[in-house]
Amino acid sequence: MYPETFRYTKEHEWVLVEGDTGTVGITDHAQKELGDIVYVDLPKLGVTLAKGATFGSVESVKAVSDIYAPISGEVLETNSLLAAAPEKLNEDPHGAAWLVKIKLSDPSEIEQLMTVAEYQTYIGA
Amino acid sequence: MVKKVRSHISQNEQLLFEMSSPGKKGYQLPDLDVPVVDPAAALGGQAVRKEIEGFPEVSEVEVIRHFTRLSTWNYAIDLGMYPLGSCTMKYNPRVNEQVARTEGLAWAHPYQPESLAQGMMEVIAALEGALAEITGMDAVTLQPAAGAHGEMTGILLIRAALEKQGNPRKKVLCPDSAHGTNPATAQMVGYDVVNIKSNDLGMVDVAELVKAVDGDTAALMVTNPNTVGVFEEHIVQVAEVLHSKGAMIYMDGANMNALVGVARPGDFGVDVMHLNLHKTFSTPHGGGGPGAGAVAMKAHLEPFAPTPRLKFENGLYGWDYNRPDTIGRVRAFYGNFGVLVRALAYIMAHGGPGLRNATMDAILNANYIRKGLEAFFDLPYQSPCMHEVVFSDDRQTKKGVKTGDIAKRLIDYGFHPYTVSFPLIVHGALMIEPTETESKAEIDLFIDAMQSIAREIDEDPQMVLKAPYTTRTSRVDETTAARKPIVRWKPSPAAS
Repeated sequence: MYPETFRYTKEHEWVLVEGDTGTVGITDHAQKELGDIVYVDLPKLGVTLAKGATFGSVESVKAVSDIYAPISGEVLETNSLLAAAPEKLNEDPHGAAWLVKIKLSDPSEIEQLMTVAEYQTYIGA
Repeated sequence: MVKKVRSHISQNEQLLFEMSSPGKKGYQLPDLDVPVVDPAAALGGQAVRKEIEGFPEVSEVEVIRHFTRLSTWNYAIDLGMYPLGSCTMKYNPRVNEQVARTEGLAWAHPYQPESLAQGMMEVIAALEGALAEITGMDAVTLQPAAGAHGEMTGILLIRAALEKQGNPRKKVLCPDSAHGTNPATAQMVGYDVVNIKSNDLGMVDVAELVKAVDGDTAALMVTNPNTVGVFEEHIVQVAEVLHSKGAMIYMDGANMNALVGVARPGDFGVDVMHLNLHKTFSTPHGGGGPGAGAVAMKAHLEPFAPTPRLKFENGLYGWDYNRPDTIGRVRAFYGNFGVLVRALAYIMAHGGPGLRNATMDAILNANYIRKGLEAFFDLPYQSPCMHEVVFSDDRQTKKGVKTGDIAKRLIDYGFHPYTVSFPLIVHGALMIEPTETESKAEIDLFIDAMQSIAREIDEDPQMVLKAPYTTRTSRVDETTAARKPIVRWKPSPAAS
């Protein structure tokens, strides 16, 4: 369920690092807790994100929740699929419904994030 | 046996568009005494709207019945208990309505000369004075039109005061139990929001706070009692932590119904706060009337207060516009004046001891509900509760039933639902605030209903998941409504 290659945050984001690029999303646990997602608010291209700062929000029928940057860097790409089809975040949170791709400014930050085993313990999975 | 209060009206109703038939009308106009002109020729073709064709044509009695029937779908405090936590849905005494309809007050015009508005200004002065005394603050502005508007005014005052000192600072702290309007307010006034975690008792964690407060901190926005219904016991220490770094403390007064006549925010270190007159001071709430978010402040923020300020000189009230440090107007004229009259009537009718009694009864009622339901629902925070009590749906989710399902079943018992899924720090929250205006008999009916629902969930959770059964519509598709909203009626192809 939770990919080994991802790293995870306590706020239920994941990041996949490939080279100096990080792909960021929210976890399956997060989408389940949020319920049916109806809107996703993402940052503009070129914005610089600081690790731990909010960079967007996810709106479900229950609540609007902030999304926090798991890692610092510049936004290279946002997932245009989500504007028309926010429900993808419920269906494929670890795949097609990634949120942003970031050019990492400090790849060593990744070490501060949870491994898959640590995250599964954290959520009691 | 559970005593059900009443069921809801379920009569269906068409749209006026669907009732329309050509040629019907509900008005009569006298014959024209000027020549008839063609509007398109007189005004130009672009001024004539084509799409207004098909406007509903109905008779007077049809319109009256339509809207009267629609009004019966509503639930109101005048129909029964409205235990919506954090909203203080107390009864609105009718005598307040009578006072607000006093001819000289109801028909006053904001452009009336000051010399002819002395009575209105005296009402404003009396209310400002009463609210200052109740909150332990030095000055009050009555301009803001609602709670969030009051928050914004308060944070603008803090920002103006800090700017005057040379540095507006960068961030505002909000506990994770805060109302969503708090971080939204801070952001709108140009601050970064920093979240402060609560401790196991549901209070601000002072050690976390000390770590977060620095020279960039403008203020902490805190609700006391907070949204889990718990009094912030360390509030004096919390205020000291902020003041020691030159930061201020803003109090969200949404839960002031637990403090009036008992504790004064000004005495426990708050610099500025708002009051929801439509909550604590019994003025109509929501669709029943406009709100009022009075802001009370300490003397050091008063120079920045919105203009005009009320002054009293040579035996006459007047408006003072000459306030060089003011943040400016936040509302046209002087606030929602009719609401202010009702709030003053409420305060004067109760007097100090009466207001204190109301607070004690509000707290007693919440604790009575807590005691009546704690064997049935999980209580995430064991700290003593104030005017509201927050349960979680932990036990019921094991049967697949969530807080929203319990709320929908509660409708079948004739009550308005409690607040669902808030505060967010409680997973699956049921937030219940009875207020002081409910009798023991009504509260017992409510407790009976909630206990009965808990038993139903044990015996037949599927039945609860399909509730409500007594309403005109039952479960609606909230997800599709949010993802693909249809906000305008269009004729169906068959009808056109």
